Parts: sequence; structure tokens; C-alpha cells
Amino acid sequence: MEKGTSPRPRSRNMRLTPGEYSRMVGRASPKSPLRRDVVWAFLVGGGICLLGEWLRKAFLAAGHTLGDAAALTSITLIGLSALCTALGWYQKLAAKAGAGTLVPITGFANAVVSQAIEFKVEGLVTGVGAKMFVIAGPVIVYGTMASWVWGLLYAALRAWG
Amino acid sequence: MDYVWAFLVGGAICAAGQVLMDLTGLTPARILTGYVVAGVVLSALGWYAPLAELAGAGASVPLLGFGHLLAQGARNAVDRIGWLGAFTGGLSAAAGGICASLVFGVLAALAARSRDQN
Amino acid sequence: MRKKDSIVFHCPPSVLAWAAVGGKKEAEGPLGNQLDAATADNTLGETSWETAESDLQRRAVQLVLQKAATGLAGVDLIFAGDLQAQCTASAYTMRALDVPFAGLYGACSTMAESLGMAACFCAAGLAGKAMALTSSHFCTAERQFRTPLNYGGKRTPTAQWTATAAGCCLLGAAGNGPRVNAVTFGRVRDYQVSDINNMGAAMAPAAAQTLLNHMQAVGTTPAQYDSIYTGDLGQVGSALLCEILEREGMPLPNHRDCGLMLYDRQNQQVKAGGSGCGCSAAVLCAHILPGLAAGREKRVLFVATGALMSQTLFLQGESIPGIAHCVELACPESS
Repeated sequence: MEKGTSPRPRSRNMRLTPGEYSRMVGRASPKSPLRRDVVWAFLVGGGICLLGEWLRKAFLAAGHTLGDAAALTSITLIGLSALCTALGWYQKLAAKAGAGTLVPITGFANAVVSQAIEFKVEGLVTGVGAKMFVIAGPVIVYGTMASWVWGLLYAALRAWG
Repeated sequence: MDYVWAFLVGGAICAAGQVLMDLTGLTPARILTGYVVAGVVLSALGWYAPLAELAGAGASVPLLGFGHLLAQGARNAVDRIGWLGAFTGGLSAAAGGICASLVFGVLAALAARSRDQN
Repeated sequence: MRKKDSIVFHCPPSVLAWAAVGGKKEAEGPLGNQLDAATADNTLGETSWETAESDLQRRAVQLVLQKAATGLAGVDLIFAGDLQAQCTASAYTMRALDVPFAGLYGACSTMAESLGMAACFCAAGLAGKAMALTSSHFCTAERQFRTPLNYGGKRTPTAQWTATAAGCCLLGAAGNGPRVNAVTFGRVRDYQVSDINNMGAAMAPAAAQTLLNHMQAVGTTPAQYDSIYTGDLGQVGSALLCEILEREGMPLPNHRDCGLMLYDRQNQQVKAGGSGCGCSAAVLCAHILPGLAAGREKRVLFVATGALMSQTLFLQGESIPGIAHCVELACPESS
């Protein structure tokens, strides 16, 4: 029997083929309202970055170096995201903002914190500890891997260039 | 003016992500991974630093900026200690963000509860 | 008597009692005041969502036993299932109920599957009284199949909302309740839909095939029924079902979908409609069976649909197979 296709039934066979059905599904399924989604993503994403810029300037004004100010900004945004995640506000905003809440670092924090909260019921070690990075893990894995590749390339370029 | 650029660039990067989500079959997880790797690549090519100069948090807050952070970390570590820096540099630079997420995650788990969306 | 894929009962068993229990959103929906019980707090006072779902099932069983004025000792067998991995909601409900238990998994088609099995056992004299029970819970489904509840994600227009609800029916070989005239257990149909946000599309072909099989075997046409209810095809799946059957030469003039009845799509933010085993179960017990008992409808088909997906196989690149089981119900006076 061919994988994934429908075998001939004893009763009346449906004439419909998967190809035809795929076209029907395409026509029947409403598409996401692109313009509205993009506007929300732009405004909320921009807003979060605006908050980040305000924080960064505040830390610089307090006398921190560029590097420290950047780190402090990230940590502060992450903390705010963790708080909003815990209170359930981040989920409500994200339901409208989509990529506006997913793409900033606050989205990464939300992914980690929401997993941690959700699986506390399964234990601090086997729930919170084990499952915390289920959603955000790939970002760390492939981001680090890409930086490793770049690091080796750069080392090679330095040695030969 | 810095604030305007932060808002516009940050907003545009997020808007591009939304377009990908709505028009392609890419899942959020794949889009985020794509963004961080793209950030590393753009940084390696030397194209991200000028954007970071211009837009400040508008470039560093989105996940592209996280890739830039990882790439810069690897590069700086290689400058200091040679090829071994490829192993240590990325995660070291990202340590602040990862540690903060992790720590706040545990604290939130202790204090908060899973909330019904109904 | 077996006719192809269908089982037609010489002496149709009777649904003696039924109960629908709903959660917060369900109580606020169009069928809210027809539910036997509802809760404003979907935790039901429990420490985990999974135990809360078992509570929903337990409440439904208690209400049915009250309505039937019988104790558990009068029930010979319970068919129950749910969406959780290993059907834990049902298993842990049954831990507290001392009755022989046959667990089922049919995804969202479980209500029709359990109702059909209970009917067969009663009609064949294998059980004096048998119970059919199922449930779903928004939070257990979300954390198992999708993302944590506090996670910020955006739903697509084709996504459906898992109902927090349980439905329970008690059947006997004879009685004054609505009759189960025939049952058709469905065949799995996979038309290569691989979008987990579009379950309606994954299930519609299975529903179409089961309806064709049932009506051909039993010798009826859609117009002979007051309504043909599907479980949770939602907006997209319903449109696809009607289009498929139109093409197959069997248009449906009287199709209604439980997923579109349980919620008010305009005001309740459920995108394409309700889903989950509890959706069709709640609508069956809150609306369909009472309608038959009161004579508002004489003869209906109840076709619950299920998407037999697993996260594991989905991530391995498999498409989503669908299944649908059909139960033909009639009001007490007719046969």
C-alpha cells in the first residue's frame, strides 16, 4: 500500500485525489490578515526596542561602559519580560503582536520563563530544569554553532591573511 | 533621533519576521533560529555593526542582534586567545542574557502559576 | 446486523441519561445555559490541569448517575477516552470509579466511538447498562500539543479552540430515551494535510468517507435526517466537507458542526471554531440528545471527527490522518 494515500474501501470509493484536495484546502482556508499583522508587529516590536534604547541611554548616563550598558539593557528587558510572562500579560500582547513580541530578546525570555512556569508541577529538576529550554534551545544551539564556525573561519583568516 | 531609529529599525526587523510567519510555512521556532544565524552571518560580513551604530537598541534587541553579539564574542575571543576562542567566545558574550533568562525562569516558576487563557 | 462497515440494530439500544459539563468559555457560549453544569474556574480547584480534566469527567459521571437514578453498581462497563497522552484523564477518573473500564483513543472522535461501542455492547446483550465518557481541557491540550499557557504565540485563522468540557451518556438495551439505530466505525483517511494549525482540513475527508459509507450501507440520503452533526470540523473543515460531498454527488442540506455551535465565533475569539473530544461530547449531551428526547428532531447523524496526529510523527515529517465515527440517533417514538 502506498504510504499516505487512501486505500480502496469496500464501500463507495471517494473520487477525490490528494492533489485536488490540496487545492481545495488552499481555497477554503482563510489567510492571515497580512497588513494588520505587520502593523501590529512593527508597532509593538518598535516599541519594545524603543524601551530598550531608553534603558540603554539611562545606563550610559549612569556611567556604565557601552558593553555593560548593553548587557544591563538586555538583562532588564529580560526581567520585565519574565514579570509580564508570569502575570499572563505577555501572552495577551503576543496574541495580537505576533512577531513584535517574538523577535525581540523579550520573546526569548518569554519562551524560557513560560516553559519554566508551566512545568513546575513536574518538579524543579525534572520539570523546570529539564524543560526550560525546549522552545528556546534551538536559538542557543544554532546561534552558538554559527558563532563557532565564524570563530574558526576568523582564526583561519587571521592566520593566513 | 536615536529613539526614532531604534523604533523604526526594530519595528522593521519584527515586521519582516511577521511577513515570514504569514506568507511562508515557517514555524516561529524556525524563524527565530534563522534570525539568530542570520545575525551571526551579517555580523561576520561586517554589515551589522554599522546598523548597531545607527539604531542602537533597535538593532541589539531583536534576535538578529543576539546573533551579532555571539559573532562579536567569538571574534573578540579569537583575537585574544586564538582559535580556542571559537569555542569560548560566543557563549561568553551571550552569558548575561542566557543567565538572566534562566534565573528569572526559575524564580518565576517558584512564584507564578500557569494561567488559563479562557 | 452488519451491513458493510455499518452495524444496524434490530432492537436499538436507548440512551437512558446524559450530562454535559463545561468550563468558563463554554458557559459563556451559545449553549451555556443548556449545559448541566459549568465552572468559571478551569482549575476546578486542582493543582494541575490534568487532574482538573479528570474532575470534569467525574462530575459528568455523577450527574448522569443522578439523572438515571442509579448507582455505579448498575453500570456494567465504561468506555472512556481523552486527548492526553496515555488517556490519563480517563484512567485517573476511573481510579476513583469502581467499574470495568475499556479505554479508547479516537482523538476528537472519541464521543462517537465510545457511544458506538456502548451501543453495540448493549444491543448484543454484552452489557445491561454501558457508559460512554469523554472530555478535553484547553490547558492540557495546549501544554501537550502546542506551547505553555504563558507563552506568547499568535493563532492562525484556521486554528481551533480546544473545549474545556466533558460529556457522558448511559445506555441500556431498552428504555425511553433517544435510540441508537446504527453505528459506523470509520476508516482512517490521510489526504496529506500537514498543517497542524488546520485540523479541520485534516479531518474533513474522513468525515466525508464515513458519511458516504454509512448512508450507502443503511440506504438513506442526507435529506432523510433532520440534521447531520459533525464533531469539530470548524469553519474550514465544514466548508471542505460540504464541497467534497457536493463533488461526490451527495450534497448536505442540513449539516451542522458542533465546533461552530459551542462558541460564538464573532465574540469569543476562537478563530475557526471549537475542537477537542469535549466539544462534540458537550454539544451531544447539551443539545442533540435533549432535542431528540423532546421531539424537536426525529432522526440525526452524529459524526465525531478526530485528527490522529502525534507530535512525534509530525516532527518526523508525517502528514495528519483523520478518522470519523458515525452514530445514527432517533427520537424515542420513532424507530
